Amino acid sequence: MALEYDLLNENVKKCQYAVRGELYLRASELQKEGKKIIFTNVGNPHALGQKPLTFPRQVVALCQAPFLLDDPNVGMLFPADAIARAKHYLSLTSGGLGAYSDSRGLPGVRKEVAEFIQRRDGYPSDPELIFLTDGASKGVMQILNCVIRGEGDGILVPVPQYPLYSATISLLGGSLVPYYLDESENWGLDVNNLRQSVAQARSQGISVRAMVIINPGNPTGQCLSEANLKEILKFCYNEKLVLLGDEVYQQNIYQDERPFISSKKVLMDMGSPFSKGVQLVSFHTVSKGYWGECGQRGGYFEMTNFPPRVVEEIYKVASIALSPNVSAQIFMGLMVSPPKPGDISYDQFARESKGILESLRRRAKIMTDGFNSCKNVVCNFTEGAMYSFPQIRLPPGALQAAKQAGKVPDVFYCLKLLEATGISTVPGSGFGQKEGVFHLRTTILPAEEEMPEIMDSFKKFNDEFMAQYENGFGYSRM
Amino acid sequence: MRRFVIGQAKNLIDQTRRRQRHHKSLRLLSLLAASDSALVLSSPRLFSSSSDMSGSGSDSSSSSLPVTLDSLNPKVLKCEYAVRGEIVNIAQKLQEDLKINKDAYPFDEIIYCNIGNPQSLGQQPITFFREVLALCSHTALLDESATHGLFSSDSIDRAWKILDQIPGKATGAYSHSQGIKGLRDAIAAGIEARDGFPADPNDIFMTDGASPGVHMMMQLLISSEKDGILCPIPQYPLYSASIALHGGSLVPYYLDEASGWGLEISELKKQLEDARSKGITVRALAVINPGNPTGQVLAEENQREIVDFCKKEGLVLLADEVYQENVYVPDKKFHSFKKVARSMGYGENDVCLVSFQSISKGYYGECGKRGGYMEVTGFTSDVRAQIYKLASVNLCSNISGQILASLVMSPPKPGDDSYESYIAEKEGILSSLAKRAKTLEEALNKLEGVTCNRAEGAMYLFPCINLPQKAIAAAEAAKTAPDAFYCKRLLNATGIVVVPGSGFRQVPGTWHFRCTILPQEEKIPAIVNRLTEFHKNFMDEFRN
Repeated sequence: MALEYDLLNENVKKCQYAVRGELYLRASELQKEGKKIIFTNVGNPHALGQKPLTFPRQVVALCQAPFLLDDPNVGMLFPADAIARAKHYLSLTSGGLGAYSDSRGLPGVRKEVAEFIQRRDGYPSDPELIFLTDGASKGVMQILNCVIRGEGDGILVPVPQYPLYSATISLLGGSLVPYYLDESENWGLDVNNLRQSVAQARSQGISVRAMVIINPGNPTGQCLSEANLKEILKFCYNEKLVLLGDEVYQQNIYQDERPFISSKKVLMDMGSPFSKGVQLVSFHTVSKGYWGECGQRGGYFEMTNFPPRVVEEIYKVASIALSPNVSAQIFMGLMVSPPKPGDISYDQFARESKGILESLRRRAKIMTDGFNSCKNVVCNFTEGAMYSFPQIRLPPGALQAAKQAGKVPDVFYCLKLLEATGISTVPGSGFGQKEGVFHLRTTILPAEEEMPEIMDSFKKFNDEFMAQYENGFGYSRM
Repeated sequence: MRRFVIGQAKNLIDQTRRRQRHHKSLRLLSLLAASDSALVLSSPRLFSSSSDMSGSGSDSSSSSLPVTLDSLNPKVLKCEYAVRGEIVNIAQKLQEDLKINKDAYPFDEIIYCNIGNPQSLGQQPITFFREVLALCSHTALLDESATHGLFSSDSIDRAWKILDQIPGKATGAYSHSQGIKGLRDAIAAGIEARDGFPADPNDIFMTDGASPGVHMMMQLLISSEKDGILCPIPQYPLYSASIALHGGSLVPYYLDEASGWGLEISELKKQLEDARSKGITVRALAVINPGNPTGQVLAEENQREIVDFCKKEGLVLLADEVYQENVYVPDKKFHSFKKVARSMGYGENDVCLVSFQSISKGYYGECGKRGGYMEVTGFTSDVRAQIYKLASVNLCSNISGQILASLVMSPPKPGDDSYESYIAEKEGILSSLAKRAKTLEEALNKLEGVTCNRAEGAMYLFPCINLPQKAIAAAEAAKTAPDAFYCKRLLNATGIVVVPGSGFRQVPGTWHFRCTILPQEEKIPAIVNRLTEFHKNFMDEFRN
């Protein structure tokens, strides 16, 4: 046998990605057996009934089949602004959707991204420092691949985190340096925690090279305040860390106290020496927000304060993959320059977008309140992103039963939840959490009309589970 | 105390690294394409960096920043990819300048013959495929009566069929990490129809182009530089770059130019033993069939030898078959390695074989869509679980590319509404490719000191240029590889962009360049004329 399991790259074996791990696989098995499954394991809006926005789909359909543009009857099926936009994007390509573009992405689209960033932040943005990628995840992997030289290199990652980071660091043979978010402070980030984590890592001989922030957070949803971002940037400046700003949920904000503010804007606002002295990579995507176009695989990263020779090397690696897929690049262009008031499609676009965002805001509340009404469940409010991350206070009886079943406690709970209700979540251990504290991550994406039933179903299961495992035990024994 | 020591150690490492790079570039000046364990692929790019060895430029002033050239992952620094390397950068600058300084150049356009990107040079996509994609992009079209006037009836049927295979008809949702099941079923059926042996949809992993699949396998197979992958020389530099990125060792096996780029088992054996004697564990054999850049199509007998060799030596066979639909000669035919292995009597569990296919080549040429798959056979379930896990970290490949891959593997059949036009488009493209291959090959063979093997398949010609000593000396003086020197001169004189052979590796002391056969037919005569004239002038200047 040429390829034995034992001979595989250890880094591959070590890496974990719970979002499509054990729970998801079990849910898929049950689905095949005919059970109705509600997949809330991944931020995949269209899979749960969210409709794609009409305008971008019209534009891309025309780009897929440009011969339609020559047909005199095309106006019967497509509005004039979609037709114009399709022609515009096709003119930016060198041969339509089927030709490899520049390895960094179509220059015309990157220019539109730069203009978007400038409008959003009030500071100029250079298209040459913007790379389009097949999803933001690919961009994260590319940057970490540049930064991690070996296990001596550490990357500061929030706990809980989206496990793309832990999986990628594993695969690249680096070291994950955790910094704990504070659940009792709405998952806030305390710079003292950062300092402690870095000191500890260095005492173990690890060279801490970069810091990841996910803002709004995943799975935690918290939106960082401007003050917090300033502290973080100062910290990165002092400790010489490159900051990876995962901002893919920047359109998903469900409270008004802390609107989204980009790391780049805060950095530029801080002025010298920080604005020239901190290296920052900012990530965005078409998969989230109110677009939810996960299946397109479209994303970008913008580099700030990266020396030209380094940018060249990153370009070199990007060129090995030839180019990101062109359809998604067009989605990205459309996302950063959507229909404007006065455009034929504007009203429909605004209506669809608003509808989705307002519903997400309502669902965030429904879910948080729903979880908080359950026994032994405490849930911070979902300030942003697409998830709810309730804490499940498992009674000792449940911990024991989990041990006997050979399962991590939150995996045990989530499997029981799945089997009882068909709700497929991701156990908190997949994201990292404080020792002995358990969570699960679910999305706020199920259709609004189905939410009450789903929350009832959860509550019923949970309260019965707690009753069952508290029976004869209870906290007094502790 | 420890922090101070760490700081000192870091400085030492940085200094050593700087010195190593300086030595590396000096070594390369003296002999290119050294056949040592070759983690470094020689390429013009390294020469551009040697001029910055003094440490000048903005990098040194920003040495207080954490990420600078010196602190990058050395594997990133090591890897090269000539297809979009230095020559292309120069060409792009020229192209920009052409817009404003039209009269400064003896040509009025840049012709990119460096990359297999058919639709960027005027090749049209297959109408039926794009109809289906458009309908799947904007499914509301399927509810409009006007659609029937604009789309063929079978494209509408196929779109419905595909959408029914996607949960909720949601083409914007992440799919199963291996790709949508129904589409994998179609691909498996297509593989069976092609080979006459069954294929399992669960063996199929759909990827954003074939390249990510290659990377996944390298990641799986390579733990350190002690792990080697046998690669053909010349090779498509994805392999060398990927091996470098994953920290492995490229074990070269030389294709024989004199016998039409033949693959000799004796050469495989020799290189394998050589690598093993150096302490390298050779894990896999990469075969590109039809070849890139060399274009040869393997004879079935040869393929059987290769399968037996892999079985005997415990190697995973990585079969890059992305050009399977590009065969231009009547005396050769494409046979998949899967078919060959099965027809030899090897069953599902007997040979570890990974077969790569892409939507970028063939007659469909859909490079920008990024679609492809690998069919993974012969692995135990625990190994396959690891492949699945790797695929899942990226969630899934783009849906539009997945749909296209299924269409490529199950195109219109006789009797279908679109069949006639589909066949006309397909055969038009393939016959034109064959014609262009022949025309360019003949033209190249007429040049002084140039011999060019025929392109049996794929999309490239890889002529051998016997460069006069004077030219080689001039190249050395210009601190450039001789073939890169020739290619730069060619670019500056004619606007034609080709890739120097050193980007693909070659027998030391031989020089080649890779040129695609993709410019449209009407451009070919002008290309031939300009190339011929340039070459004559070049030889006049440098003839011994």
